[in-house]
Amino acid sequence: MPLIEKGEIVADLYVRVADDEPLPEGVAVLIGIDRFLNEAEALKGRQAPVGVIWPNNRPIAEIAPHLGQLSLIALNFPSFRDGRAYSQARLLRERLGWTGPLRAIGNVLRDQFLLMERSGFDQIDAVKPADAAAFDEAVQAYTVFYQPATDARPSLLRQRLGRTLAGVRS
Amino acid sequence: MYAYDEFDRAFLAERVAEFRDQVGRRLSGALSEDEFKPLRLMNGVYLQLHAYMLRIAIPYGTLNAAQLRRMAHVARVYDRGYGHFTTRQNIQFNWIKLEELPEAMASLAEVGVHGIQTSGNCIRNVTTDQWAAATPEECDDPRIWAEILRQYSTLHPEFTYLPRKFKIAITAAGHDRAAIKVHDVGLRLHRNEAGELGFEVLVGGGLGRTPFVGKSIRPFLPARELLSYIEAIMRVYNQYGRRDNIYKARIKILVHEIGAEEFSKAVEAEWAAIRDGALHLTDEAIAEIRDRFIYPSFETLENEPAALTEALKDSRFATWHRNSVQAHKVPGYSIVTISLKPVGAPPGDATADQMEVVADLAERYGFSEIRVGHEQNLCLPHVAQKDLPALWAALEAAGLATPNVNLVNDIIACPGLDYCALANARAIPVAQEIAKRFADLDRARGVGRLHINISGCINACGHHHVGHIGILGVEKNGQEFYQITLGGRADEHAQLGTLLGPAVSYEQVPGLVEDVVDTYMELRAGPHELFIDTVARLGVEPFKERVYAAH
Ligand code: HEM
Ligand code: SF4
Repeated sequence: MPLIEKGEIVADLYVRVADDEPLPEGVAVLIGIDRFLNEAEALKGRQAPVGVIWPNNRPIAEIAPHLGQLSLIALNFPSFRDGRAYSQARLLRERLGWTGPLRAIGNVLRDQFLLMERSGFDQIDAVKPADAAAFDEAVQAYTVFYQPATDARPSLLRQRLGRTLAGVRS
Repeated sequence: MYAYDEFDRAFLAERVAEFRDQVGRRLSGALSEDEFKPLRLMNGVYLQLHAYMLRIAIPYGTLNAAQLRRMAHVARVYDRGYGHFTTRQNIQFNWIKLEELPEAMASLAEVGVHGIQTSGNCIRNVTTDQWAAATPEECDDPRIWAEILRQYSTLHPEFTYLPRKFKIAITAAGHDRAAIKVHDVGLRLHRNEAGELGFEVLVGGGLGRTPFVGKSIRPFLPARELLSYIEAIMRVYNQYGRRDNIYKARIKILVHEIGAEEFSKAVEAEWAAIRDGALHLTDEAIAEIRDRFIYPSFETLENEPAALTEALKDSRFATWHRNSVQAHKVPGYSIVTISLKPVGAPPGDATADQMEVVADLAERYGFSEIRVGHEQNLCLPHVAQKDLPALWAALEAAGLATPNVNLVNDIIACPGLDYCALANARAIPVAQEIAKRFADLDRARGVGRLHINISGCINACGHHHVGHIGILGVEKNGQEFYQITLGGRADEHAQLGTLLGPAVSYEQVPGLVEDVVDTYMELRAGPHELFIDTVARLGVEPFKERVYAAH
């Protein structure tokens, strides 16, 4: 499954480790929520980066106390038709102030790449290699955006409002 | 009319190109049918019993003559020469080939028409009063706000894969023609005591297998805060709406399960965090949209001109006038409803020829504007009263002057078993048969205002719960049966109908409806007591006794 970061296909530096497997030393790991919450204290002493897979049926606000020790947050699309993680992503970026990497995992397909980018994902774990190869085409399919979202693309509404999201945030 | 600018046109062209590419990938196998389905649905493409169906949005029910003419063209070239107007200000074409869909769509896009978000689990085409900007009853043109919502919701990155479809309706008049109380979100635009414009916000209304009347969660939302409040509602729903069971996924179930108060609290909390953000509507932003609506340059005319009073001496014209013409806010003008329910024809169907006639007449007499209402009729919102006789003659010649608007044979019916893969029973033939029983329009007029709604299954596309007489097709041992309800209504006093008694067979339905109507004629307090009011006064019992005794 090719990983796309900011438009480029990149090597995945994180190793996904199941809850019952030992954590390898010295490598970045991506772990499930249960393990993360159970071992949160111990993980604070770890030298290598830790990422967590936050499930889409758990309020994202609960991640707030842990943000400082995370290097990656992955949000899950169990099916591409299940859009809960879009809201989680926007809340992470716009409400909780997460600026680190935010990865879309699961049933991640080409026709949703643009929505993911607009909701604040900067890493996309594509299911199909052909989709990953068509990434640029997919996210450039539109030049017109009606509503403001998390990304920096200018929206018609914002143009009409005569201000930028950055202007509102600061 | 709302004038599209270069942005809107660029967006539409990009959307068509994207869909063309998706169809190509489907045909090559790169996309599975499972993966393709939501994509085509969000472009209005259904797979039906016989073929693909294309559903086209008529945003807030407003069309111009060129657009209607293009629909006629699509009906003729890509379909079988007709289209079907639905209860949600859409038109459907039932016979289009998948390979030809992008062509048909590109042709429609040239006149700014599309099927975007007419289906799928997204925010759907926002509907409103078909008399907008014409009725003296309204406090503002509700289409301005529908357009703001249309833009906001178009390809919304966060709300394109909601738990289920999401329908918003707006009324700006005291008399609600948009059925806002049976929508996921209903917005009642009004002015508060200080004269400011704002919305009463209702959530959780809807029909289908678990019907609910919407609950008010905010009596007054300042109009310029509309988008942030809607975003708060959507965000709560997107995160907490049920996804484990498709039948429990609408917002009405969430609101019902946690209670309107809890739901409202969650919305208010979310709203507090975003209301001063990028979605706040400035006066300039609202004015920008408002300025893009082009209004007719009305002449200074008198009410009831001589040409009209003279024509009213013809009893046929007078009958149509009494039935199909309503008061306009500008002196000397009227609102004209065009019945798409000629006795015996499928409700809401219009042939390509008829669409062209209506387009021509709109150009000649109605500032090129046509409206579509949820009753599946068309409307010319701005007709000079002096032109009414000529308009009537032309409509009459085209079979479009049946004076049965709001009468017992102005029936709302879904496609039912004739087209729909989900149907239990026929709906259109039932409507046709009932209409025939009341083909004597003098009799129908004697009965007065009476809305019959028919759905071919529990999904309630024909809004049977809110019909004064509701008819629902069910299946029993492989046979078509029908449940009858009385006393439903979709207006500002919205309520769900009450079951009359055991389901009856296909053959029994028309006779039973006649018996119900006869019972009403005997029991009503006088000719001014409408059917719906008699049912409210007496309940269904006296009807039940009479009707089932007879069968
Ligand atoms: C022919 C193909 C059609 C199919 C397969 C279809 C399917 C459905 C389904 C499955 C639902 C229920 C969804 C839910 O409650 O979550 C629904 C609702 C609805 N449909 Fe259709 N429909 C069709 C045609 C129509 C037509 C022609 C109309 C208008 C005359 C219409 C108007 C509606 C409306 C207004 C609702 C919402 C009812 C509510 O509030 O729950 N549909 N449709
Ligand atoms: S109510 Fe049922 S039969 Fe009628 S159109 Fe809807 S899904 Fe089909």
